[in-house]
Amino acid sequence: MTQEKAPAAELPIDAVRPARPGRWLGAAAALLFLVWLAYTVIVNENLHWDVIVAYLADGRILGGLWVTIQLTVLSMAIGLALGVLAAVMQLSDNPVLRGTSALYTWFFRGTPLLVQLIFWFNIGLVFPTFAVGVPFGGPKLIEWQANAIITPFTAALLGLAINEGAYMAEIVRAGIRSVDPGQREAAESLGMSHRQVLRRVVLPQAMRVIIPPTGNQFISMLKTTSMVSVIAGAELLTVAQRIYLGNFEVIAMLVVASIWYVVLTTIASVGQHFVEKRFERGHVRLSSRVRRNLRPLTSKEPS
Amino acid sequence: MSTPEAPADRPMVRIRAARKRFGPLEVLKGIDLDVPAGSVVCVVGPSGSGKSTLLRCVNRLETIDSGRIWVNGELMGYNERGGRLHALRPAELSRQQRGIGMVFQRFHLFPHRTAIENVMEGPVTVLRMPTAQARRQAAELLERVGLADRAHHYPAQLSGGQQQRVAIARSLAMRPSLMLFDEPTSALDPELVQEVLAVMRDLAASGMTMMVVTHEMSFAREVGDQLVFMDDGVIVERGDPREVLAAPRHDRLRAFLGQVL
Repeated sequence: MTQEKAPAAELPIDAVRPARPGRWLGAAAALLFLVWLAYTVIVNENLHWDVIVAYLADGRILGGLWVTIQLTVLSMAIGLALGVLAAVMQLSDNPVLRGTSALYTWFFRGTPLLVQLIFWFNIGLVFPTFAVGVPFGGPKLIEWQANAIITPFTAALLGLAINEGAYMAEIVRAGIRSVDPGQREAAESLGMSHRQVLRRVVLPQAMRVIIPPTGNQFISMLKTTSMVSVIAGAELLTVAQRIYLGNFEVIAMLVVASIWYVVLTTIASVGQHFVEKRFERGHVRLSSRVRRNLRPLTSKEPS
Repeated sequence: MSTPEAPADRPMVRIRAARKRFGPLEVLKGIDLDVPAGSVVCVVGPSGSGKSTLLRCVNRLETIDSGRIWVNGELMGYNERGGRLHALRPAELSRQQRGIGMVFQRFHLFPHRTAIENVMEGPVTVLRMPTAQARRQAAELLERVGLADRAHHYPAQLSGGQQQRVAIARSLAMRPSLMLFDEPTSALDPELVQEVLAVMRDLAASGMTMMVVTHEMSFAREVGDQLVFMDDGVIVERGDPREVLAAPRHDRLRAFLGQVL
């Protein structure tokens, strides 16, 4: 065999780029539009920039912001827990559990969130009291008045969390199903119980698929909390509305609220990026140079 | 069926009249097979012959529709009381399964854990072995399969042959009395096959009872105590691998060997 000779000299590529006038034209048009938009917004006196600046850090606005954050975090946490529960039930062998879970997602995805929120707020009309005791009319140990425990906050939390759980169930289910069935078999053949297989092998791998849409749900939830304003939930939008009902600065207050929503979603997006990286463990390397020795993990076994 | 025999003449695996059906397709049509303790049985046959299914039935990844399978004298999956079979509870099934090691064609290592964590997983989670002890044992096992220097690599950073050796170590960590190999080298590039076969050869030499579904006829001839040829859900021919491979009695085996050798 003859060896190929080493090239005698370097051959640098120093090519002239082709002219692309359309590219410049498009960029110029977009820039022009942005400058015009900024100009009209800035010089528009109806926007009351001084008012916006004055109210950005107003105590009531910051209070509403805090309620928005609490509602988002709590309803996502409860929603995620409900979602995992519903997804595991959905994937179980037990037809009654499967049916219960299906009924849950069917109902809460099938009715508008706005309706659910108003319903939870007015639950006292259907169930005036809540009690701990023997069901089906048996004796009661403790009893509460619905009107005492269903505040706008608890109604909002119930509505948002239970609704979110129905969507998270689908996300978690898709994540669990994305794990190669061979993983389950390998774990079972080590003698793991179903619970151990789920906790040690399936869920950690499902997380990689579950995290990105959950991040989207979180960001979406930050803004969905504004729906709570229909039951006077005291979150950011409700507070902004209360202020403009007093000072008639409708647009300025909406801009104040919007600025805070954008700040929250931006922070959440950055957080999402880091959480996703954390759960890529053992997978990022697939896309690097070691891949040449491997067949794709996702491909099915020949039967 | 009868109660298990005395330990002395008791095979590690005893399969009697095993039948299995997937929908309209009967993949096992009455299998009888004994695997003596400490021996290596190689199961060969064309794809779709039922050999992988047979292996998966032995450790209950699949259930047979009729027949009986005993491993180490224990009826797999059932308890026989008062002339009736009672299905075992999940915890009992898991106890039976953990005594049987399984090596898969596509390795199925846990991708979110490093090599040594893969090997520690079974002992720590299932046997509640203290982490330090499990780590020591795992390091020894990785050494045994020649991968001591790869302990902290994730599966995706290992070649196919290395992954399969880790998978063997992971099974051995449960101290099984029987090892099942389901086409352990079929997903490997040709140059990686030998390193896996070498580990299996060592394992056989150490006295492990092994059932190996394979297309590696040289391995069967060299290491196997018994060769079983399956076709269309039945065992067509069986015997000493050297004799069977040198002088196959059935046309179907002759045709099959003509294709794979």
